Amino acid sequence: MSLLADFPISLIVLCSGLVLVLVGLWGMLTQRNMIRMIIGFSLTDTGIHMVMVSIGYVTGGTAPIINDAVPMADAVNRVVDPVPSALVLTAIVIGLGVTAVMLSFAVRIYKARGTLMIDECTESKG
Amino acid sequence: MIKRIFIFMMLALMAVVFFNLATNYTENTELSKLGHYYADNGPRELGAPNLVTAVVVTYRGLDTLGEVTVLFISAAGVGLLLRRTRRKEDDEDLEQGDREEETAGVHKPASEIVETATELLLPMVILFGIYVFLNGHLSPGGGFQGGAIIASGTMFLLLALPESHISRLMIAVIESLSGFSYVIVGVLGVVLAGGFLDNRIMDLGAYGTLFSAGAIPLIYVFVGLKVGFELSAVLDRFRKEDTGPL
Repeated sequence: MSLLADFPISLIVLCSGLVLVLVGLWGMLTQRNMIRMIIGFSLTDTGIHMVMVSIGYVTGGTAPIINDAVPMADAVNRVVDPVPSALVLTAIVIGLGVTAVMLSFAVRIYKARGTLMIDECTESKG
Repeated sequence: MIKRIFIFMMLALMAVVFFNLATNYTENTELSKLGHYYADNGPRELGAPNLVTAVVVTYRGLDTLGEVTVLFISAAGVGLLLRRTRRKEDDEDLEQGDREEETAGVHKPASEIVETATELLLPMVILFGIYVFLNGHLSPGGGFQGGAIIASGTMFLLLALPESHISRLMIAVIESLSGFSYVIVGVLGVVLAGGFLDNRIMDLGAYGTLFSAGAIPLIYVFVGLKVGFELSAVLDRFRKEDTGPL
């Protein structure tokens, strides 16, 4: 219990999210394979979502859905912030769209060049 | 080498920033002002028990329309990048042999177990997706989640029965119609209620039932259909490029 008080759940989620952002950035900057760079982007994306969700957490809060457990009159004191959750919902979908476009670029480059290594794609035209 | 050091330094600096963020983090003990307003007035004003849905569909409905637009543009971009018009000379490269081999591998028919399981499970997956977006205002879920579940059903179909045909015309028609209806519902909000995408154009209904919260279920049906078919089209594009006849 004391451990939980020192490291509340939102702090754990926040730290995991920040670590994921760093790992993803490292992947995007150091890897030369395009698929790995896209994986790095996805990791960063997920890390940012985790950071946003953890910032919206309110101590002792539950999911922002009014039901038997959360009466409407008391909702203000019982739920976590719905705004970051809604923002993350949007961000997940946008991230998915961006990843799909990146992957289709990778497919196109592979078809044109026969390689996924970014070092071999130095010409601007081809 | 210089580049490596530079990357390492940048990551180290980021780590310092993040470390400061994490050590100075204190958990919120109460909602932000905006969150407080939404939690206080959302269920009463809009009749939607799920506050995230209330924020996504109504309070921030315009942002969601933008989000759907971004998804549409990315699906269109994928469609454009992976379109199948290929000139003859492209096919004469060394990959030809590989591709034939690949295609031959994919066209091996699925076993009877896989086929039967697909026929049994696919309707359930689709039904679950529909359930999730119809109940988006009552329970965790909504148009995007339901749409993603429907797209996972398409993924399932494409993996289990790679030769199955998905009508591109049907996808285009349903997607355009639902996107169009979404905007129409939004404009009706301006005419009949308080503003663009206001859900009170319809009767709010009995709180907590399926047909309640005004236009929210209607909007989520359109969003769910649009997202589901859009993602299905994206998956279909990724398949066609690899296995389709040239």
